[in-house]
Amino acid sequence: MITFDAVSKRYPDGTVAVNELTMEIPSGSTTVLVGPSGCGKTTSLRMINRMIDPSAGRILIDGTDVTAVPASRLRRGIGYVIQNAGLFPHRTVLDNVATVPVLTGTPRAAARREAAALLERVGLDPALGRRYPAQLSGGQQQRVGVARALAADPPILLMDEPFSAVDPVVRTELQDELLRLQADLGKTIVFVTHDIDEAIKLGDRLAILAVGGRLAQFAAPSQVLAAPADDFVAGFVGRDRGYRALSFTAGDGIAVRPEPTIRIGDVPTGADWLLVTDDDGHPRGWVDAAAHPGGTPVAEADLRLGGTLLGPGGSVRTALDAALSSPSGRGVAVDADGRVTGSIRAADVFAVAERTARDEPGEPPVPAPAVLSKDRPA
Amino acid sequence: MNWAWIDSQWPTIWQEFGQHVWLSVLPVLIGLLLSIPIGALAHRYGWLRPPLVTLAGLTYTIPSLALFVVLPGLLGTKILDPINVVVALTLYTVALLVRTVADALDTVPDDVRQAALAMGYRPVRQLLAVDLPVAAPVIGAGVRVATVSNVSLVAIAALIGVPQLGSLFTQGFQEDFATPIIVGIVGCLVLALVLDLLIVLAIRLLTPWQRAGRIGRRGRSAAAAELAEVVGPAEVIG
Repeated sequence: MITFDAVSKRYPDGTVAVNELTMEIPSGSTTVLVGPSGCGKTTSLRMINRMIDPSAGRILIDGTDVTAVPASRLRRGIGYVIQNAGLFPHRTVLDNVATVPVLTGTPRAAARREAAALLERVGLDPALGRRYPAQLSGGQQQRVGVARALAADPPILLMDEPFSAVDPVVRTELQDELLRLQADLGKTIVFVTHDIDEAIKLGDRLAILAVGGRLAQFAAPSQVLAAPADDFVAGFVGRDRGYRALSFTAGDGIAVRPEPTIRIGDVPTGADWLLVTDDDGHPRGWVDAAAHPGGTPVAEADLRLGGTLLGPGGSVRTALDAALSSPSGRGVAVDADGRVTGSIRAADVFAVAERTARDEPGEPPVPAPAVLSKDRPA
Repeated sequence: MNWAWIDSQWPTIWQEFGQHVWLSVLPVLIGLLLSIPIGALAHRYGWLRPPLVTLAGLTYTIPSLALFVVLPGLLGTKILDPINVVVALTLYTVALLVRTVADALDTVPDDVRQAALAMGYRPVRQLLAVDLPVAAPVIGAGVRVATVSNVSLVAIAALIGVPQLGSLFTQGFQEDFATPIIVGIVGCLVLALVLDLLIVLAIRLLTPWQRAGRIGRRGRSAAAAELAEVVGPAEVIG
């Protein structure tokens, strides 16, 4: 547990970056510090490993003041990932990852062996270990940055806007990778971002900071969306918050209706959209029977691809997207193996969404938000 | 050109060449070792930088002949002692390299520095293990300049009677005889070129990651070329 006890940071020019911040960051889960520029989120993060010293207040890790040990020793026990990875350009990827173990006295050969295993763990080919950082893509560099932070197996991982400098596709991959890693590792992660979507996706808890370093709300993402503490939070989470909150409601209650399917090579009949599957029942796409030349079999080229699929455990948001992204207006529901179980209609999804909003105004949804926040389109 | 003279004087010329080598190289090595801590201080403490850089600049403006003459008095050495030359050229090397080292350390990217701090490096180890290696290409460029500059400055020591290739110039002028002067010039040029080449090789050996970076850049320009084929060159340049 990381405790902020009335922590303030004032600079000599009078700027207050953090103002009387008191919060308890629980162990083994991800807490996201989120807020606009100038809210002191990075300053707060850097005070944990003493890259910045507070002007007032104390920071405790599991009850021990961070100033109790020399700063360099404290830092070796806390993983740190920064925006542009900050890899050492003169060292190979492997030696970058081995940095902290070598600093703490692990023999270089052993540290390199462990580093190679870590590369695999963060989704990189260990063969990349012999390269230099300049030979990697931005996304690969950031993965190396995560591996380097994990190398000494620290209980705490500080991440300062680690994914904001990569393109959206890579960012999503890295976020998913982090969720997967965290499910295995259960580190105490403190993550800084200005992106509320990223915060909602990754955080078990959000600490929403307002300009001037005031803690506006500290709660699970679902609760922040359902019941913003004040106008600042409401404004910051944005006008889409009602829609975003659908991510936290399970889509199990939505009626899945039978959907007739055909296969490639079949001749479509009727005047409606038909769902085409492969021989194992996996959805391949939709074909418009009305527009299809009569009497001819369906080929791959005739298919209009569907969008999001609703799998078991999918959220209402996923279900709504499945319905809206399908050319037929009917979202495809699949089982755990990805086989078609039927279709869902937007109207049915709305009915569930409406019922949820009415039943639980401002209440956090019942199931553990830690699990639901990781709910993503199947 | 009197080849017979060269032939007869070859042992002396060769000896003077050897003197010239160590009189130019030793000050570079000592000067580099001194410049690193001084440059690191100038880099780390902003207020120290203007006085240190100005002092270095002023040192370089002292005429070398004056320094060769004054130093024996200051050091208590004999006027003909080559130590005077080594000390004087070390001063010039430091004068050139303090600023280079400070500037080179400025080129270390901030995120690299922050990462090193966050990994738990203490200042001296960070300087030796991260900052200096990353700054090495820039420092190396400064060392090349200082070395070539020393090769030419050493020659002036002939005026106070310290033997090296410069002695061939004084001899040539005194005897109104061109051959030693030509030999001296060629000797200095060859030495400067060889030393420069050796430093370039040393930098290459010390910074394999720089060439790796170039491979990376080639990769990117190849990707840019592919892009150019797709969208046309104007868009890529724009």
